[in-house]
Amino acid sequence: MASLDRTARSFLLTELLGGMALTLKTMFKPKHTINYPYEKGPLSPRFRGEHALRRYPNGEERCIACKLCEAVCPALAITIEAEPRDDGSRRTTRYDIDMTKCIYCGLCQEACPVDAIVEGPNFEFAAETREELMYNKDKLLDNGDRWESELAANLELDAPYR
Amino acid sequence: MPTVKINGVEHEVEAGMTVLQACEQAGVEIPRFCYHERLSIAGNCRMCLVEVKPGPPKPQASCALPVQDGQEIVTDSDMVHKARKGVMEFLLINHPLDCPICDQGGECDLQDQAMAYGFSGSRFEENKRAVADKYMGPLIKTIMTRCIHCTRCVRFVAEVAGVEDIGLLNRGEAAEISSLEQAVDSELSANVIDLCPVGALTSKPYAFEARPWELKKTESIDVMDAVGSNIRVDARGNEVLRVLPRLNEDVNEEWISDKTRYACDGLVRQRLDRPYVRGADGKLHPADWSTALQTVADKLKATEASKIAAIAGDLVDAESVFALRALMQRLGVANIDCRQDGARIEAEPRAQYLFNSGIAGIERADAILIVGANLRWEAPLINARIRKRWLESGLKVGLIGPQVKSTYDVEYLGAGPETLQQVVDGAHGFAETLKQAERPLIIVGMGALARPDGAEALGAVRRLAEAVGAVGDDWNGFNVLHTAAGRVGAMELGFLPGEGGRSVPEILDGARAGEIEVVYLHGADEVDMSALEKAFVIYQGHHGDKGAHAADVILPGAAYTEKNATYLNTEGRVQLARRAVFPPGEAREDWAILRALSERAGATLPFDSLEALRRQMREQHPRLTRLDEAEPGEWGAFGADGAMDASRAFVSPVENFYMTDPISRCSQTMAACTQEILLARGEGQRAIEGGAAHG
Repeated sequence: MASLDRTARSFLLTELLGGMALTLKTMFKPKHTINYPYEKGPLSPRFRGEHALRRYPNGEERCIACKLCEAVCPALAITIEAEPRDDGSRRTTRYDIDMTKCIYCGLCQEACPVDAIVEGPNFEFAAETREELMYNKDKLLDNGDRWESELAANLELDAPYR
Repeated sequence: MPTVKINGVEHEVEAGMTVLQACEQAGVEIPRFCYHERLSIAGNCRMCLVEVKPGPPKPQASCALPVQDGQEIVTDSDMVHKARKGVMEFLLINHPLDCPICDQGGECDLQDQAMAYGFSGSRFEENKRAVADKYMGPLIKTIMTRCIHCTRCVRFVAEVAGVEDIGLLNRGEAAEISSLEQAVDSELSANVIDLCPVGALTSKPYAFEARPWELKKTESIDVMDAVGSNIRVDARGNEVLRVLPRLNEDVNEEWISDKTRYACDGLVRQRLDRPYVRGADGKLHPADWSTALQTVADKLKATEASKIAAIAGDLVDAESVFALRALMQRLGVANIDCRQDGARIEAEPRAQYLFNSGIAGIERADAILIVGANLRWEAPLINARIRKRWLESGLKVGLIGPQVKSTYDVEYLGAGPETLQQVVDGAHGFAETLKQAERPLIIVGMGALARPDGAEALGAVRRLAEAVGAVGDDWNGFNVLHTAAGRVGAMELGFLPGEGGRSVPEILDGARAGEIEVVYLHGADEVDMSALEKAFVIYQGHHGDKGAHAADVILPGAAYTEKNATYLNTEGRVQLARRAVFPPGEAREDWAILRALSERAGATLPFDSLEALRRQMREQHPRLTRLDEAEPGEWGAFGADGAMDASRAFVSPVENFYMTDPISRCSQTMAACTQEILLARGEGQRAIEGGAAHG
């Protein structure tokens, strides 16, 4: 009986037709792949991408050189030097992140008492040389200026959970 | 001895102790802010509350409560915890939560204790108090909003430093610590930074430089004066960022002078970081080690031994002095001397160049005569000891020499040798005071000894010490106060003119006359360089100071933070300094330079490691094996008997406390101190004020 059933199925091509039907159904469903780099997938507000140093709305840099990020960094990727600025406030003279050392754990961002160092949504910062991945303070502040609207929106979205 | 029960365990404690001290002895921790073991008890922070039975049913401040027999002390009850939390909450009402920008962050008592004993939040919703920052001089940075009014700083300057420059103004919420917008006029002022339990008083030169967890800490010895304060050198990378005191009851207790603390920024300026050789054009040109050493070796080989001289400077360590002496002996040179200032002291008997009673011995003295020294500037910590002794009970202090503003009552006897002669002859009333004292103590400074009649002055003081009974079996009150950290070490190692050798003034005269052709300056910057114009000068040292300017060959050495070295303080106490950072550039450790030079000069020294050198040094000078010990010198006849030059008063060798050696002369902080503290108060004459001083 079983052999008759099998023979009938193979002659009536049911498996093939079933497969074709699945293919036909999938053709009308939305696609799972995206056309990167023209299209990008959704990112969580907590996404930990490229670092940025933020500023206050009045243009003053947020970082106060407390060095907590440097202390917490498990990869020792952050180097900070500080001294009093002309107005007597505590500021960094040097804020370097070695992006080749960084493990993107996000501890620096969690340690920061003033939300100055953040890991933003940008993950497209591949470079051709190692040197380009040694970020200095200018580069990080520049990142902050460029991404500020996204960074601020992400922090706000994540704020209820902090 | 009273027996108390602390947290249910019985302990025997000394009578007269406070409850806090008893708990500390029993190993029970009690938080505190205002209490400090070396200051008077204020009892105003209330952090040390404990439960004590019998007594009123409320927590009591343990720092101000004496122990009584049968007392029951509880430090971990609910009541105590609640009381501590309450106090902490009150303290934090007006304390800003600015730890991230506070330099005390990471080493802050308030931060630690808030974590351990405080609430997690505050219930205070009003605005915090804000206080304007005060000016306290070039060393102390103030952020007065952070102040919790423990008054440790006020008590320190009033009790230990002996100046009344800091005080508490107003009361209640308006209370403010202030120095009335003046620089604190004390050589120990910066100790208030260590004492401040919060970040109200922080270090100005070190502001925002580093966090405590970034620093590599090295326990070492200070060389800014001859006290040999125990210090901790904090470095990051290859730069010394700050110097802090280390506890040593026999030397510096837990204080250090401002120069010790802040001259460290001079270690990165004007450094000799590569060898130089003077070319045919009369200018110094950078050279490599090989050329420089060969030039020196050729010169030493080509010159007759009697025409070579070596002078050891003020900051030299024992190891390099030993190496230099061995090298000079091998070359047959007898013209070696470590007494740059021309002090008339000899090697034997040892008592003539040591602080025989020991610094801690001051606390046992009951009458003190100071001859030719300005203690406040030459050894601020010895001065602080005398003040401590003076506060205990009316100590009689007499002074012959420069008239200075003292921090205790001083009977001013006179300016110079005449007065000293009177006291020695017993014609002066103070001789009687010394005689009646059980343990009289005489401190003679370089102001009396570093002059042509220094030997006569030394002899006079010796006779005085013998006459008043300052020298006995269990007490030797004859003390020489040095100003150079390397001097006693060099004396101990016998870096003195050998048979027929010349002393420093004779070397200089010889160089002027052309009889001395090669002069080896080992860190010697204080000799008259104009005398060395004709001679071939080799300078081995770490700073581009006077010696390097006069040099024909410069061999760059290591400063005191850059080498493992032995130093002997003015008591003869053998102490080890340890390397905190490496010498800059091509500079090398001093003993290694001498070893390399000896090989080229054909007089190879028999050691090639520091250990081997030390082993030999200790074999020949066994006293140097006993670390952290000071051995009093044996007594004998020393000094000369002749008359002193009565026309010249004793003058302190220190003209400016903040700049006494190549390191402090290069320090910007010390320059700022000179400017803001000394010059602001009248052309450096601050300390030389009329009247019999103080009180």
